[in-house]
Amino acid sequence: MTPGGITSRDRVLERIRKANLRAAGPREAIPRNYDGAGSHRASVQGKDEVVGLFETRLHDYDARVIRVRRDEIAAKAAELLLAGNRRRIVVPDGSPMAWQADGPEWIRDHELSVDVLNGVDGVMTAATVGVAVSGSIALQHGAAEGRRVLTLLPDYQLCVIEVAQVVETLPEAFARLDPARPVTFFSGPSATADIEMARIKGVHGPRFLDVLLVED
Amino acid sequence: MSLVQIERGSHEARAHDAHTLDPRTASPFPAAAKIDLRDTQLRRNVARATDTIQRKRAALVEEKTDWQALRDAGAAIRREALTNLDRYLLEFEERFQAAGGTVHWAANASEANRIVLGILREHEASEVIKIKSMTTAEIGLNDFLARHDVAAYETDLAELILQLGDDQPSHIVVPALHKNRQQVREIFARTMGLPDLTDDPEALTAAARRYLREKFLRVKTAICGGNFLIAETGGLAIVESEGNGRMCLTLPETLIAIVGIEKVIPRFADLEVLLQTLPRSATGERMNPYNSIWSGVVPGDGPKNMHVVLLDNGRTRVLRDAIGRQTLQCIRCGACQNACPVYRQTGGHAYGSVYAGPIGAILTPQLEDMRYAQSLPYASSLCGACYEVCPVKINIPEVLVHLRARVVDRGRRKLASLFDQERAGMMMMAAVFANRSRYEAAQRLARTAQRAVRHGDAWYHWLPGMAGRWTETRDLAPLPQQTFREWWQQRGQP
Repeated sequence: MTPGGITSRDRVLERIRKANLRAAGPREAIPRNYDGAGSHRASVQGKDEVVGLFETRLHDYDARVIRVRRDEIAAKAAELLLAGNRRRIVVPDGSPMAWQADGPEWIRDHELSVDVLNGVDGVMTAATVGVAVSGSIALQHGAAEGRRVLTLLPDYQLCVIEVAQVVETLPEAFARLDPARPVTFFSGPSATADIEMARIKGVHGPRFLDVLLVED
Repeated sequence: MSLVQIERGSHEARAHDAHTLDPRTASPFPAAAKIDLRDTQLRRNVARATDTIQRKRAALVEEKTDWQALRDAGAAIRREALTNLDRYLLEFEERFQAAGGTVHWAANASEANRIVLGILREHEASEVIKIKSMTTAEIGLNDFLARHDVAAYETDLAELILQLGDDQPSHIVVPALHKNRQQVREIFARTMGLPDLTDDPEALTAAARRYLREKFLRVKTAICGGNFLIAETGGLAIVESEGNGRMCLTLPETLIAIVGIEKVIPRFADLEVLLQTLPRSATGERMNPYNSIWSGVVPGDGPKNMHVVLLDNGRTRVLRDAIGRQTLQCIRCGACQNACPVYRQTGGHAYGSVYAGPIGAILTPQLEDMRYAQSLPYASSLCGACYEVCPVKINIPEVLVHLRARVVDRGRRKLASLFDQERAGMMMMAAVFANRSRYEAAQRLARTAQRAVRHGDAWYHWLPGMAGRWTETRDLAPLPQQTFREWWQQRGQP
């Protein structure tokens, strides 16, 4: 608060209004002629190509993609985890029991401490939407996707996503997101190119990603 | 200040700190650039990094058949945000606070710093972890906190390299690109106490991961910038690669974001455009590894205290200029830096600002109300490469020329400028160009004078007096024997 009771909020807003009165251009419509926008929401490619592209992009990030039927999720998940010697696996509180076969030690997230999360072998979650063009997966942190930190501290993530959840472009993905909920997009493993532009996997987030792609 | 005075100022360069990024004390660009151009290691590192990003970017832009449509949409979204900036900021404030966050307004850098310190004191925080933020660099937050006994730990790998090496950022996106692996190894080995560390980037990254993990799990307060504020949802978006951002925005109890007022966008769905153009432009990726979007406090998930400090610090001044205001459309991708033939030679430090390259050359002097960084609008050949790559279509060459005029206009107000050679020359030129017979007489006179001093039609490599400023770095073609008008008259009727 400055003398005279004028706040910086008032002052900044006043400056903006004066500046815009003086120099703002005319109002204009946003031209949305890009792929996936407005009436072009539907994919230009067929569903098989879209899912194929999604798979290719995930491979580019060194992620493994395994196509499964719905009734194979639990068995395949357990097989993958044990083959990688990953035994202590965190799942979100609302993760379907049907995804958990015997084998790994499943640890349900009831406000687990960061120390516990830092010590587990991996995490298994659902997803909200997949974007084929960039191989991105968006989580909105619902019951089966878990708190944001769940998919951050463990070094390995197993993500279960259905073919019906995969779209071609980012605008189509945004049409499926709930703006009121938090979103985390991840595209491949955590990475940096800060030293001589050499791409290094796994700085702080998970280094390893497996995707179970569920076909109907 | 005229160009001549700027050049003259370079002789006093030693009185300045060649590597400060405070535009108020930094050397003029030509003087600082002369020093950095002698650093061959720096030039190799900068060339290598900018070449790599440019190559990756070009390939991804090529495959994107709707690239120009995305640029048009992105530019329109950013312009709309600025046109209704007051409304969108208020909308953001209302929604962010409804979601349990707190919004602060800072008119300038020192107010922003004081607000941050106040929040830290309230939570008795003596250390903070930080996500890379150009805005906190702009306001000198780390130094301010250090003076008030708060330790700020940078967690972005590049920022960590700079902090441990007591260095300054030289690029918006890859701030340590001027350091190579041997230099990074030396810094880490010394400051982390790892004498056996190798210079393999993988080993260096692993060292940073171990060094920082303990801090992520221990420090309860974090500071970040923000790539976008979303008016419609009261949202904040953080775009990153390493996961240090996600660590900082989910593990601590308190998070403070310092964000320029221009970073607001109207709608959640506008990200569907900007999140396509930003990563392709910034790092040459189809998508960067992590994007986080959220509003206020997320119940049971992440910080319980969430603050946003909205920073003006000169931005409303930029908004007053009908041509200059497009500068505020910037989404900080750094593509203009990688594309700029000047930046690619000098690197970022010579610009004397945390904002280097073409965008820095137009943003910095405007933020400083044209009182400092007056040499920066001249740090360009006006080739237009920056405009071509800009994902939100900022016409940087147009703004550069406009700002050069503003620099000259400022100088003109001074009495001393009446005796300025350059100004006298320009006034004479104006008089000559204003009248056809005077113009043609001047052409004849110049041709006669030329005939007296030279033969043949070789280019001039040297001119006397002030005109020598031109031939210092370029050759000049001689006047032709005949003007177009003379030739037209002579050729008669067809």
